[in-house]
Amino acid sequence: MAEKKFRVVHYLNQFFAQIGGEEKANIPPESRAEVVGPGLGLKAALGQEAEIVGTVICGDSYFGENMEAASAEVLNLIKEFEPDLVIAGPAFNAGRYGAACGAVCAAVQRELNLPAVTAMYPENPGTDIYKKEVYILPTGGSAASMRKVLPKLAAFALKLARGEAIGDPAEEGYIARGIRKNIMTHKPGAERAMEMLLAKIKGQPFTTELPMPAFDRVAPNPPVKDMAQATIALVTSGGIVAKGNPDHIEASSASKFGKYSLAGLDNMTSETHETAHGGYDPTYANDDPDRVVPLDVMRDLEREGKIGKVFEYFYATVGNGTSVANAAKFGAEIAKELKEGGVTAVILTST
Amino acid sequence: MRLELGKIKIRDVAFGSQTKVEAGTLYVNKDELAALVLEDPTIKSCTVHLAKPGQEVRIIPVKDVIEPRCKVSGPGGIFPGFVSKVDTVGSGRTHVLSGAAVVTTGKIVGFQEGIIDMTGPGADYTPFSKTCNVVLDMDPVDGLGKREHEKAVRLAGLKAAVYLGEAGKDVEPDEIETYDQGSFLETAAKYPDLPKVVYIYMLQSQGLLHDTWVYGIDAKRTLPSIIHPNELFDGAIVSGNCVSACDKNTTFHHLNNPVVKQLFKHHGQDICFLGVVITNENVTLQDKERSSSYASKLAKMLGADAAIVSEEGFGNPDADLIMNCNKLESYGIKTVLLTDEYAGRDGASQSLADISPKADAVVSAGNANEIIQLPPMKTVIGDLAVADIIAGGFDGSKAADGSLTVELQVITGATNELGYSNLRGIGF
Repeated sequence: MAEKKFRVVHYLNQFFAQIGGEEKANIPPESRAEVVGPGLGLKAALGQEAEIVGTVICGDSYFGENMEAASAEVLNLIKEFEPDLVIAGPAFNAGRYGAACGAVCAAVQRELNLPAVTAMYPENPGTDIYKKEVYILPTGGSAASMRKVLPKLAAFALKLARGEAIGDPAEEGYIARGIRKNIMTHKPGAERAMEMLLAKIKGQPFTTELPMPAFDRVAPNPPVKDMAQATIALVTSGGIVAKGNPDHIEASSASKFGKYSLAGLDNMTSETHETAHGGYDPTYANDDPDRVVPLDVMRDLEREGKIGKVFEYFYATVGNGTSVANAAKFGAEIAKELKEGGVTAVILTST
Repeated sequence: MRLELGKIKIRDVAFGSQTKVEAGTLYVNKDELAALVLEDPTIKSCTVHLAKPGQEVRIIPVKDVIEPRCKVSGPGGIFPGFVSKVDTVGSGRTHVLSGAAVVTTGKIVGFQEGIIDMTGPGADYTPFSKTCNVVLDMDPVDGLGKREHEKAVRLAGLKAAVYLGEAGKDVEPDEIETYDQGSFLETAAKYPDLPKVVYIYMLQSQGLLHDTWVYGIDAKRTLPSIIHPNELFDGAIVSGNCVSACDKNTTFHHLNNPVVKQLFKHHGQDICFLGVVITNENVTLQDKERSSSYASKLAKMLGADAAIVSEEGFGNPDADLIMNCNKLESYGIKTVLLTDEYAGRDGASQSLADISPKADAVVSAGNANEIIQLPPMKTVIGDLAVADIIAGGFDGSKAADGSLTVELQVITGATNELGYSNLRGIGF
């Protein structure tokens, strides 16, 4: 077993590769047949069973702005080392670096069919995007936790390289991927329920077998008192955007929202708008985008004096496989702008 | 109320000239049994098969599984409201042919009945691969409506189980379990310092092939009520459903409710088991609100400190489950839920159709969407052609060699939400 060492490639950004900070964030991928930066600690933690045969480095901005191309270049460089395993990061709470580590690991698994693992802060946006497909070990928010995480990362990586079965997150220490699987236990469900009930009664700790998803229930605001004076905004997750989708909002898993002027527009047509949404038959939305964002009837109400006015911009994103984290972020940003714009109430439309 | 449950261990089943139990073998006179089933003029044909553990046998589509039992002493009879009159059951002595089961199959009623494999990977997921099964393969007379068809095969199964159960009447049981529980006041007074626990027993009641019967009455036409746990052992609750068979309680499950067994086991040790509240899972919002309010109120009136709630089915009944949970918890009753999951074939979707932060103690009997490969079997009892259309099957489920690629939900009892089996869902 120990005769042949596992060949490991380590992925780093420009900062941890000690090339430079933000001013070097646009460097293209490069590779070195040596151990770099945190690779030293990783090498020690990996011990005799594995060897870091190369390090691939890419600037965070370069990667983020050229995801597809950068990913392909990084993969090619990784491939040249003929590795058995790829370790990326740790990325701590560096958002773009976290996303790059996740993307590199996902691509390695998918394209090279090799095991890969990374580590980052649970609240790093990369965690939410990639935890379903990639094993991510949790770290602290800053590089101060480097010494703690490297041994765990190394141990987990070796397990992957050996092809050992990976158990549940609580046992193995990775961030729960949200994937439900079946296992055969030694106790029937009724007995497990009884034990859980006894613990709950006694106030002792117990672990639910099905954690509830995060809850964010918003209490509705009181009704608008005077609609005739109200400024009403239109916001949609139905993907209606200006023709040509100038902001390149993704058809699925949107990473952004768009803001489009309604000045001088009486309604939306197939000439002026379209949907960017990839999750439903777009025919009817493209024929008449008012079907998703009802500008036409809002203008009628405006003329009839039933509402004060329609807010001069509408906001749109694509609610199709979009992560809750992203959706919540868009919502907060849009709400802030609407508030600053003096909007009284909002009509939210989906699809 | 005191009931002795005499268990006669059945280790083998065989055809014989006389229906009897001898040295752990159940002998079945198949002509007599078939003739009993065919007393019902709506059943055209009935073939009796035997399916034993380890045999290369697949039973499809399975409608119900029933354990043979008989009343030796005490009031009433097995399956009150169906086979017997509606006298209150649950006291005296009952004999059980433990290890034997009646399985009903034959022409499909709806689209959604189950599979039992007696060997291979599928066998691990169903408790009925371990029982000696007497299988009734029945076809209805031509033109019989679905409701009448379902009723006919349901009654046939119950009658057969009572007929076989009678063979154990004079047999000395291998083991006797005694279940004794008095009035609520007596029970509570006996264990004043132990936490009072109530079981909320949700009964599927969504319609054809989604029904449950209590003393012969359709559970969807009832208000939640209190039932003595001993009544279950005599068949007061009968299954009328087999949709998505993985998480429907067969009559066998109702007779052997594992939650009730657990509560009895701990009664007087670390809990005081007060009783069972049965409630339904009707389809309208008003019904759901009413039943969950009523069931949780009954638990409160009984003085429950804690409760176990078992769901039956998924999706729509998830709303009933969560309402029950919320209302019990808001009364301060510490609640544990027993459910299963529909997390998608990849396990990445939300498992339940409704959720609540109050549902902090949940036992999962597994993800019913998980795909399983079932190899071909030498013998198929029933009709393999329906594999493509039963719930959990899909177009192309059945390969030319008779092997099946299906979701776990096709397997009878695979993710039973009474917690009968050892499967569990877990997050990765």
